[in-house]
Amino acid sequence: MPCNNQNTAEPMSDCVSMTLAEKILARASRRDRVQPGEIVTCDVDLAMMHDSSGPRRLAPKLEELGVDVWDTGKVVLITDHFVGENDSHSVAIQALTRDWAAKRRLRGYHEAQGICHVVLPERGHLRPGMFVVGGDSHSTTGGAFGCLMTGIGATDMAGVLATGNIWMRVPETLRVRLDGALGEGVTAKDVILALCRTIGINGANYMALEYTGSGVSAMTMDERMVLANMAVELGAKCGIVAPDGTTRAWLANVGVDVTDADAWQSDDDAAVASEMVVDAADLGPQVAAPHSPENSAPVDVHAGTAIDQAYVGACTGAKLDDLRMVARVVAGRHAADGVRFFIAPASVRIAEAAEREGIGDTLRAAGATFLPSACGACIGLGAARLAAGEVGISSSSRNFQGRMGDASSRTYLSSPYTVAASALAGRIVDPRDYL
Amino acid sequence: MKTNGRAWVYGDDINTDLLAPAAYLKGSMEELASHCLEDLDAAFAASVCEGDVFVAGRNLGIGSSREQAPQALHILGIRAVLAKSFGRIFYRNALNLGIPTFVCPQADRIHKGDRLEVDAGEGVVHNLSTGETLACETLPDHLMDMIRDGGLIPHLKKKLGTQ
Ligand code: SF4
Repeated sequence: MPCNNQNTAEPMSDCVSMTLAEKILARASRRDRVQPGEIVTCDVDLAMMHDSSGPRRLAPKLEELGVDVWDTGKVVLITDHFVGENDSHSVAIQALTRDWAAKRRLRGYHEAQGICHVVLPERGHLRPGMFVVGGDSHSTTGGAFGCLMTGIGATDMAGVLATGNIWMRVPETLRVRLDGALGEGVTAKDVILALCRTIGINGANYMALEYTGSGVSAMTMDERMVLANMAVELGAKCGIVAPDGTTRAWLANVGVDVTDADAWQSDDDAAVASEMVVDAADLGPQVAAPHSPENSAPVDVHAGTAIDQAYVGACTGAKLDDLRMVARVVAGRHAADGVRFFIAPASVRIAEAAEREGIGDTLRAAGATFLPSACGACIGLGAARLAAGEVGISSSSRNFQGRMGDASSRTYLSSPYTVAASALAGRIVDPRDYL
Repeated sequence: MKTNGRAWVYGDDINTDLLAPAAYLKGSMEELASHCLEDLDAAFAASVCEGDVFVAGRNLGIGSSREQAPQALHILGIRAVLAKSFGRIFYRNALNLGIPTFVCPQADRIHKGDRLEVDAGEGVVHNLSTGETLACETLPDHLMDMIRDGGLIPHLKKKLGTQ
């Protein structure tokens, strides 16, 4: 409800207008309202973790505390970081993770089904209004579904598992309003890469980033997930999109019936720290140069840069819509000689859907090699790790020095369209010339 | 709650991939720590002494949620961390591990090798090499309590009465 003080004798302080993030934190902390800057203790609705940050790191901490999981029905464990690796460390971590889940009869255990941030909503674990913590920085992805979802480390997670709650500083909200329609070949990834440049890496530190506007309303859930995912690149505590018909339809498809979407909206007159307006029509494809997402620029600036590898993968850039973009560009064409072209679908279900749609055949005919649905090259693991001095272009989210391979390798970040077109050309190109 | 050691000073945007390279995440913490920051300063890990202080510019610890980033610094002997600003997950992680971690707006007045005394209780840094005293942003009471207890796990242990 909008706050209207004019017709009442209520003082301003009784105004209950809140942003979506504030509403979720108020509910989670059992208060009527919360204000930015307050430190509140929140009941956790769901805790998600993966094989790297999960049981192998926190089991000893829980043991030290002498307590176990507060509510196994509220814990989801997804293996993705070391999936596809067969060295002795990875095998041992997988076994430890599996046993930990089995001992607790964890219903929310998903082994080798894809990357956690994509598997979590896909398996119906998220709904609008939830307060969710994840043992991974890109846990902000869940905000695409109208949740407040944020990343935490292993000790914090041990505390959550032991007590069911966690302290949070209520964040100020930075509203990013995307007005109008994105042009052909321009995607949510281009929006967020441009924001990385204008806001700066960590420029929205501690804040809640709420994405609104007609440009966001028009986006599919896969695209909204990109905006929420990379909110963490701006330092934000969460990236959030209020639920609408698109959200409800997507969730209904995975068995989640949402009836209270109206309750999980920012009030029209809620105070925000600031609002940024982005004109969608003005935006073209963006490419972020090594070694930071902040180094983004219109694709022209980097056009012509020769590449050794094109990688479509990660929680950020290998959902079904991403693979559809790639297929649209490469259909009937072939990757340039000397360019390695890899596709690591973000989940097993996405890989299956891509096969059903014929995308798999299209991509293989274009010279693409499929890799396991796991984190893989996004953290420098697996077959697509870059060697010394190599240059890659990737649909993932981070290009920090050494992240995707040798310290002397260089990674450019872009949309799936731009990765695909660059694979064909053997150098960075504007994908709009290939549509 | 005072530490006394030499300053290791680095610039802005030191990310968690530099502090805890993913290639070593699977193995032991000791091995991972020996590769801490190697892509930026190959001498760092082998040269840190017990009690030293890690000093950085803006955005220390941006990136991954991996707690191994502050843990690697701690294993090498770092006993306090100062920066102009932090990635929020790194900041929580470092405090949870019981490492005095402070926003120090004047961190750039510290030079590599300076001898520092960090008074965590007071939230001040005495630069014994230059004679300067630098103020840090104070921590909320609940975090100071946690630091005094040695981190989140000992703190919770006390609260849960399982000690
Ligand atoms: S794909 Fe990359 S960004 Fe996503 S969870 Fe895995 S390592 Fe993190």
